[in-house]
Amino acid sequence: MSKIRRHQTQNELLIFERSSPGKIGYRLPPLDVPAVAADEALGAENVRGEIAGFPEVSEVEIIRHFTRLSTWNYAIDLGLYPLGSCTMKYNPRLNEAVARIEGIVDAHPYQPQALAQGAMRIQQTLERYLAHIAGMDAVTLQPAAGAHGELTGILLIRAYLQSQGDAREVVLIPDSAHGTNPATAAIAGYKVKEIASNERGTIDMASLAAAIDDSVAALMVTNPNTLGIFEQDIAEVAALLHDRGAQLYMDGANMNALVGVARPGDFGVDVMHLNLHKTFSTPHGGGGPGAGPVAVKSHLEPFLPVPRIAEEAGALRYDHDRPRSIGRVRAFYGNFGVLVRALAYILAHGGDGLRNATLDAVLNANYIRKGIENDYHLPYDAPSMHECVFSHNKQVARGVKTGDIAKRLIDYGFHPYTVSFPLIVHGALMIEPTETESKAELDLFIDALKSIAREVETDPQLVLRAPQTTRTSRVDETRAARKPILIWEPPANGA
Amino acid sequence: MYPPEYRYTKEHEWVHVSGESAAVGITHHAQDQLGDVVFVELPDVGAKLQANGAFGTVESVKAVSDIYAPIGGDVTEVNEALIDMPELLNSDPHGAGWLVRLKIFDATELEALMNAGEYAEYVAAEGG
Repeated sequence: MSKIRRHQTQNELLIFERSSPGKIGYRLPPLDVPAVAADEALGAENVRGEIAGFPEVSEVEIIRHFTRLSTWNYAIDLGLYPLGSCTMKYNPRLNEAVARIEGIVDAHPYQPQALAQGAMRIQQTLERYLAHIAGMDAVTLQPAAGAHGELTGILLIRAYLQSQGDAREVVLIPDSAHGTNPATAAIAGYKVKEIASNERGTIDMASLAAAIDDSVAALMVTNPNTLGIFEQDIAEVAALLHDRGAQLYMDGANMNALVGVARPGDFGVDVMHLNLHKTFSTPHGGGGPGAGPVAVKSHLEPFLPVPRIAEEAGALRYDHDRPRSIGRVRAFYGNFGVLVRALAYILAHGGDGLRNATLDAVLNANYIRKGIENDYHLPYDAPSMHECVFSHNKQVARGVKTGDIAKRLIDYGFHPYTVSFPLIVHGALMIEPTETESKAELDLFIDALKSIAREVETDPQLVLRAPQTTRTSRVDETRAARKPILIWEPPANGA
Repeated sequence: MYPPEYRYTKEHEWVHVSGESAAVGITHHAQDQLGDVVFVELPDVGAKLQANGAFGTVESVKAVSDIYAPIGGDVTEVNEALIDMPELLNSDPHGAGWLVRLKIFDATELEALMNAGEYAEYVAAEGG
């Protein structure tokens, strides 16, 4: 490969292709103790001679390789990241400063409990704050992400119903749900029954009433739902379920619309998860890991995963003696570093600050909605909460679909919105700005979408060929999915 | 567009009965809505399908969708060609993109399904 473009955009070889046999990036001092054969000390079966294809590069080569790759990324630290349903909010640097405090960053899960009281107090405090924010009675911090929280929550419901001698077999799920909801119910051994939405985009009460019988264990609902619309009948939904002995699970993915304003526990939810990497500003995706704490009402509390934090005379301990518990759902105590960051976010904001963040998130989504409502088709006109969902109906007549508009947004310097979801909107553009953005950034984004809508009318090919400002232009998504190449193999001739 | 000898479901599957045997697939409208199909999961030969029961999945670049049986029956054959060529569902959904063949239980179940004209109207009413 010859160098034809500036570093930031040049095509980067794989690290395996950069390897030169025998090259090392370190020099060790002479051995000053008697040499020991590894296979004698460890047992021959535990010793590996060579790792085939292991890349051999110098330090500067590996640093440059990964730094160059990092410049190909888009990040929340570069600009608006409007992925609907993902709540890509800014990750405050204060969180990082707190997470790097010596006693926190060096804490070890095998530390004696007497010497881990501070870390345990962080967990206890976060559990209590999250319970208060959700309007629930108890919280487990163990689940490592949202879907893991869902599974934990549904297993809690199953354990509770079994303890009542009332094992049931069906979980109801609205057709606007996140795909993880039916997957969770199926993994937990339930049959999934779908509930249709009404013309407002919310749960159809007549369909729900017709679907509820004594075989129904729970309804899994996201509120606000994936259209960004608040389920205004949620209290009646809860009453309908409870009258028939069923439980209400809430997917808390969209809690960024509710924190400090409405509490799921107050509108009848029995169990829910929270996404700390969404609502509570911890790193998301590649910066992860996530955390999906589960909050429950008191009747589900005996079934929470072990261990639970107990307090006696001011001393904290992990209580494993919980005979009705569903058991552990994760090793140790959850993604502790993430939990620290979420607590830092909550304490830095305080109750008023969290409420303001929610109000700003809703304001920003509605500002975008108003800004582009004449340019894009709005399939449901109920008030938007933290995100707004448009469709490509106005553009599709010119041959331009939601995925094309999303790719053109890249040329305008923005990360795309969520494409083709929720499924009940054909050709969906799902936009969630979060409270992070200023009016100036939102105006740039609105201008970009309006400009793309004009391009669709005047020069649709421009949009269909996008992106053109990136390292690679359109990739063949279909072929990548049909014939994926998942493993790098060295060239057969060794060249 | 929609073969007159087939019968159709509201979930956008078709069934073509000849004698006691029936072929089942998804409609042109279904594949158009899904976009490029990249993976198809089908039941084993011998599986018993109930009418309206999910029996497989179709994965496209956009979404994963369940496929529902238009009528009940024993699976006698599955379309092995789809494993390597899922694109047949896009290029020929009513022909080479068939999914399974059934030995049907009860031909009267067909009476609940739409004919080609009714299905075309149903698709038009859905905005497709």
